[in-house]
Amino acid sequence: MTQLALVIDLNVCVGCHACVTSCKQWNTSGWAGPMVDENPYDANPTGTFFNRVQTYEIGSFPSTETVHFPKSCLHCEDPPCVPVCPTGASYKREDNGVVLVDYDKCIGCKYCSWACPYGVRELDEQQQVMKKCTLCIDRIADHTLPEPERKPACVMACPTNARLYGDVHDPDSEVSVAIRERGGYALMPEWGTNPANHYLPRQKTHMHVTEEDLQRSDNPLTKEDITVYQGEETMEDVTW
Amino acid sequence: MHPAFSVIFLTTLIGAGQGLFLALFTGQLYSTVRLVEQQPSSFYAVGSALSLALLVGGLAASFFHLGRPERAWRAAAMWRTSWLSREVIVLPAMMGLVFLYGVFHWAGWTQPWLVLGEGALTIDATFVLGMLGVLVALVLFVSTGMIYASVKFLQEWSSPYTIANFIFLGTASGFMLAAAYSALIGNNLVSFFGTWAVIATLLGLGTRSASLMRNATLKHRSNLQTAIGVRHRGIVQKSQGFSADSFNTREFFHHQSLRTLKLIRVAFLILVFPVPIMLVLLGYQLQSTTLPILAFAIQYLGLLAERWYFFAEAQHPQNLYYQQVS
Ligand code: SF4
Ligand code: SF4
Repeated sequence: MTQLALVIDLNVCVGCHACVTSCKQWNTSGWAGPMVDENPYDANPTGTFFNRVQTYEIGSFPSTETVHFPKSCLHCEDPPCVPVCPTGASYKREDNGVVLVDYDKCIGCKYCSWACPYGVRELDEQQQVMKKCTLCIDRIADHTLPEPERKPACVMACPTNARLYGDVHDPDSEVSVAIRERGGYALMPEWGTNPANHYLPRQKTHMHVTEEDLQRSDNPLTKEDITVYQGEETMEDVTW
Repeated sequence: MHPAFSVIFLTTLIGAGQGLFLALFTGQLYSTVRLVEQQPSSFYAVGSALSLALLVGGLAASFFHLGRPERAWRAAAMWRTSWLSREVIVLPAMMGLVFLYGVFHWAGWTQPWLVLGEGALTIDATFVLGMLGVLVALVLFVSTGMIYASVKFLQEWSSPYTIANFIFLGTASGFMLAAAYSALIGNNLVSFFGTWAVIATLLGLGTRSASLMRNATLKHRSNLQTAIGVRHRGIVQKSQGFSADSFNTREFFHHQSLRTLKLIRVAFLILVFPVPIMLVLLGYQLQSTTLPILAFAIQYLGLLAERWYFFAEAQHPQNLYYQQVS
């Protein structure tokens, strides 16, 4: 079975929020109606987002690192949010594993949001139904779009290619290889939700230069021999 | 979690309604085997009406919790997996049984179907309805409790104590109400119901204190390290990704000071347990008809505080991701 998912590369995410805005732009313009904002240009703006980019500081000054951390529904393989829904509005698609909400069935009881440990479901303040990342189901399942565009809007928008997208059940997919070879991990593994989305950990990027590297014979930094040779036998005179 | 008044009223009102029904049927059971005096049918009919009113009140309160109350009927669909769905089915079933129980008493449809042990136990329609009602009331308590207890990462709730508390506290307030009701109409069941109310309250005290103690030393399994998957002791959130609030900051935080929390805990520990027990005992001593009513009213107030605290105390792991506005 296919399980579509995102893999987020924390090495290259620069926290630009392009995925946040492109997600909002695409999903607020779709058939499902707007993702409502309140007081967008005032104090205390608030609104519905499927994807947020958070920032964490790790370590203590001066040895700190800033980690930008995009977070959206992880499309869990064992989603705790689905069985608790009393109406069946929350469901996991059989064919591609995407977890979705049927906005026409949802009664806005918020129980599913209590049952998600990751805090990625948001009740829309005006429509009063539960909303969450759809993995841009209306892009990825739209066969009228050219193949390279059948990707979530956030993946298309990311300028550093920090968001990989594909089938994590296909061992040869880009995402599976990335998870396998670059230490991809799941969030809060302690709850057995088996998130489909994974994160690639930061790798050390220090460059180590040894003395030998600097002193090697062809090192352009070694002093050039500028002696002018006169009369003596030089290499050019040697007949081989 | 943010304590929503809709749910606080829902759980306390239906708890009292179920408890009152349990009390009425306990009274009927005792009077059939002649341990207490026979009551007129109006006692059961009016009592059932009161219980039904509480259940309806609870249901009405629950609608305020829904974003789309006009679609509430859909919530019965997923009873195979969802405790919320089960509650949605069992609550109307409870109402129906309480209604029938009251109607049968009112109409006097109590011709015995079966007489056991030389007239020691007569079984009629109200007896069967009552037994069914007791069963459904218990199922309803369990369904309500399991809505909370089944969310395993809300560790404060995820324990059998949650269900025990719903059962005992609901039963206690129902029997208190039965005592108050008996005192009001001046029958001689006040001390009978009062005694059971005290027993249920004491049982509730046991399980509620046990859950408070459990939660005081609870170790949360999730932390910032597992939340973002970085193994380092010093992680600080610098931005939660937006500059004001969101559903995540409104729904999952109580936004109250630790002092308020402690105050409410002390308040409910006093109002739910010692005060009503004292009032019932005092009422028994003084043969007072007002003290049992006061006991119920004070305990109900206390239960509102208890439920508020129940929600506020639970710490959702999602809160780890929402620590810093900027
Ligand atoms: S991340 Fe949350 S909302 Fe998404 S599938 Fe998992 S539990 Fe459900
Ligand atoms: S808020 Fe909607 S999707 Fe979530 S559990 Fe309730 S009915 Fe289901």
